[in-house]
Amino acid sequence: MTTDITDKIIYTAKDFASDQDIRWCPGCGDYSILAQVQRTLPSLGITKEKLVFIAGIGCSSRFPYYMDTYGFHTIHGRATAVASGVKIANPDLSVWITAGDGDLMSIGGNHFMHLLRRNLDVNLLMFNNRIYGLTKGQYSPTSERNKITKSSPVGSPEYPFNPTNLALGANGTFIARSMDRDPKHLQEMITRTAKHHGTSFLEILQNCNIYNDGAFFLYTEKETKEDNVVYLQHGKPLVYGKNKDKGIKLDGFHPVMVDLNDGVHSVNDLLIHDESSRELAFILSSFVDHAHLPMPVGVFLDIARDSYEETIAKQFEQVYEKGGKGDINDLLKGRSTWEIK
Amino acid sequence: MSEEILEKKIKNKKEVESVTVRFAGDSGDGMQITGSQFTDTTAIFGNDLGTLPDFPAEIRAPIGTTYGVSGFQLQFSSKDIFTPGDEADVLIAMNPAALKVNIRDLKKGGTIIVNIDSFEKKNLELAGYEGTPLEDNSLDGYYVYKVHITKSTLEILKDLPLGTKTANKCKNFYALGLMYWLFDRPMEITLNWIKEKFAKSPDLVEANTRALHAGYNFGETAEMFGERYEVKPAEHFTQGLYRNIMGNEALSIGLICASYNTGLKMFLGSYPITPASDILHNLSKHKKYGIITFQAEDEIAAITSAIGAAFSGAIGVTTTSGPGMALKTEAMGLAVMTELPLVIIDIQRGGPSTGLPTKTEQADLLQAIYGRNGECPIPVIAACTPSDCFDIAYEAVRIAIKYMTPVIVLSDGYLANGSEPWLVKKYEDLPKIEVNFRTEVEGFAPYLRDENLARPWVKPGTPGLEHRIGGLEKQNITGNVNYEPENHELMVNLRAQKVKNIENDIPLLKIEGEQSGKLLVLGWGSTYGSITAAMENQKAKGNKVSHAHLRYLNPMPKNTEEVLKSFDKVLIPEMNMGQLSKIIRSEFLIDAIGLNKVKGSPFKAKEIEEKIEEILHGGK
Repeated sequence: MTTDITDKIIYTAKDFASDQDIRWCPGCGDYSILAQVQRTLPSLGITKEKLVFIAGIGCSSRFPYYMDTYGFHTIHGRATAVASGVKIANPDLSVWITAGDGDLMSIGGNHFMHLLRRNLDVNLLMFNNRIYGLTKGQYSPTSERNKITKSSPVGSPEYPFNPTNLALGANGTFIARSMDRDPKHLQEMITRTAKHHGTSFLEILQNCNIYNDGAFFLYTEKETKEDNVVYLQHGKPLVYGKNKDKGIKLDGFHPVMVDLNDGVHSVNDLLIHDESSRELAFILSSFVDHAHLPMPVGVFLDIARDSYEETIAKQFEQVYEKGGKGDINDLLKGRSTWEIK
Repeated sequence: MSEEILEKKIKNKKEVESVTVRFAGDSGDGMQITGSQFTDTTAIFGNDLGTLPDFPAEIRAPIGTTYGVSGFQLQFSSKDIFTPGDEADVLIAMNPAALKVNIRDLKKGGTIIVNIDSFEKKNLELAGYEGTPLEDNSLDGYYVYKVHITKSTLEILKDLPLGTKTANKCKNFYALGLMYWLFDRPMEITLNWIKEKFAKSPDLVEANTRALHAGYNFGETAEMFGERYEVKPAEHFTQGLYRNIMGNEALSIGLICASYNTGLKMFLGSYPITPASDILHNLSKHKKYGIITFQAEDEIAAITSAIGAAFSGAIGVTTTSGPGMALKTEAMGLAVMTELPLVIIDIQRGGPSTGLPTKTEQADLLQAIYGRNGECPIPVIAACTPSDCFDIAYEAVRIAIKYMTPVIVLSDGYLANGSEPWLVKKYEDLPKIEVNFRTEVEGFAPYLRDENLARPWVKPGTPGLEHRIGGLEKQNITGNVNYEPENHELMVNLRAQKVKNIENDIPLLKIEGEQSGKLLVLGWGSTYGSITAAMENQKAKGNKVSHAHLRYLNPMPKNTEEVLKSFDKVLIPEMNMGQLSKIIRSEFLIDAIGLNKVKGSPFKAKEIEEKIEEILHGGK
């Protein structure tokens, strides 16, 4: 972030909690995300008045009301577009967007893509619960095919988006995934999200205990988690499993799971994670609900590229260097005038 | 030049007060450039003028077809004029299709100059002529001049290293040169323009310069034209420095001046749409004045990013036309609910749907005033001439900031692309636009209100004033989310009252002519020129009729009802099916008479006069 770092003010998580009652359903994964954001912010060294939380519509979009920072609860799907204006008009602000999967990938899909390719220096947290919660349980653009919901009583006929893959396709520069039920990892990912210069996209797998309970339990619960989740770490081989005995290697273009105890494979055969590789990120982002591969969490991609607002600032500098600031009366006169005497 | 010839030349000049010229050709023939060059020269020459570009939505429709015809009409005068002219005195038709499309707007007994080289079988067929209109009797009653515009242009350029295609493109300057001769205009302005425009290609400078001179010289030597016309410089202009200005340009510099005056950043969020795109182009071009332009991915992102910028403490602006207005509707409601300053500019065009992208209409009035969900009041103001677009843009910023509200500016395709001479404003003479950001922590609440009912504007980044706003109903003063029935009704009323209060802060409605009487013509927007021209003619005829023009449509000036009720009858000419009439009827219970036209072109003064006479004398 370009935001000033201060060491004068020391915040605690409580300093970021507003006086409003939280109205999420008891047991909702959103509580954990709110808590992890509030716990992480003090360590980022951003003064409170420079923080702006912006949301669209949906359960997760109530987030700004619960933060004692500047906040804007906008309209459905448009948080990313509003945030673009906020950030471009004042690049000093630390701008955070919270959005659900419906808000961001469905009604706001267009703005989502364009935000990523422009690479504004903002942080985008997507709460993915694979369902429409606030409208009471219709399938979302990330719901699995054939899902039975209120609006799909015989099963959703649609194939879902793969959010990380979509973000890559939109030319994103920071793409990561975490889970509501892994607070430590989530805090780490929030920190990484904040530190990245450019648009940071963090997909957070979030449990909706009312309309889609257990959607991610395979990945979040103790019994199954370790055999079904691989934690991505830059420069480290892709190892996972209860006994750290499984790994992923590339067989041609195909990622395959290998057993490190099979006497054939060793850790040296495995894919080494590289956050700077867009190609690798494409491969890793394709493992979602895969029959034979674990769900990757962590940072898929983190690459440097000029942010939109930096480019704009440079353009202004160039214009001013060339001809100085404009004389307003010259503007009024235009190119040619004549005098009536 | 021998004295004899000089004498003859002077003798053959006929002085006229006003002339209307129309240039017409294929979209690729450069008619817009020809027209705007003639305009610039004529403006600097000192005539009053009005222009009406008329071009198809297609960039390059198939050559020779009627739907590919592009036209540019201007009226210039030694007197005060208000319109581009009802009918053309002179038509330059670069091909048969241009003749076919434009002949209906030519005055009986008018002059037609045709490019005879293009009147061959294929082009005649494409234009839908059987045979040629130049040889049947269909043009009887007109003065027809057949000029070899293409051949002559190619001939004088034959030694230049240009392909035929490029050389052919210079023919519009030949036509322009001929018109400069015919109306006794200086060529310097265009010669300088050619030098600048084609600076990178000396051959093109040479070619276009030659073509312009050749056209001029042809007029001088061919003895084809019986006489030249002289339109003396106008004398009604007050002293001062003048320029020619188009509506969209005036709007753009009005916005820049407002930004400059407030010292605030201006953020334009815009998605390209005809006929509003030129504002995006203009503001992008003027980076040295610090204007930020953001070409959004769609109309919704255009307005919502501008709302975000306003939240950040910049002047948020979004520009569009009817279809884009429709898409921005929900976001306008957000700006109303969050009470942020925002300027929404709608350059109206023919609708519904995609409609007539390059043609003018005033059919977004009801959309602007009422077209949103919920009780959602927004001030609406409308420019009445191309130069008034400057004042309206400036005024929009003032109202938006003072009242913390979105403001809708209505212009239309006719004003946007039309032009007129403008007494250049001095920046120092512009009124100050006050801006007060709240920084005081003590006693702050996001929905406190000042004497204008405006809430405080706080820049994020201000310590101690962290607060949240959004589209959910706000509790009075605290701004917290609140669904209580009494609070909602109170907030609906407060938002309405805030907009209504603006009526105390705007000029009263003026009446041109008698202050009471039989008939008032009430206009709004771009009909100003046509109505004023009609008024002048009616006055000359001795008919008693008055004119009032609304620049503020929501709220209207406080004396509107009083003005309307001072007349027996109220006539409302509009380029729609009667949208202002509807409002006047419902607000004031006045049985307004509508004169409605939806043909994609502005009213002719004559059309308004006929209606006036019908009302006054039963049609005589």
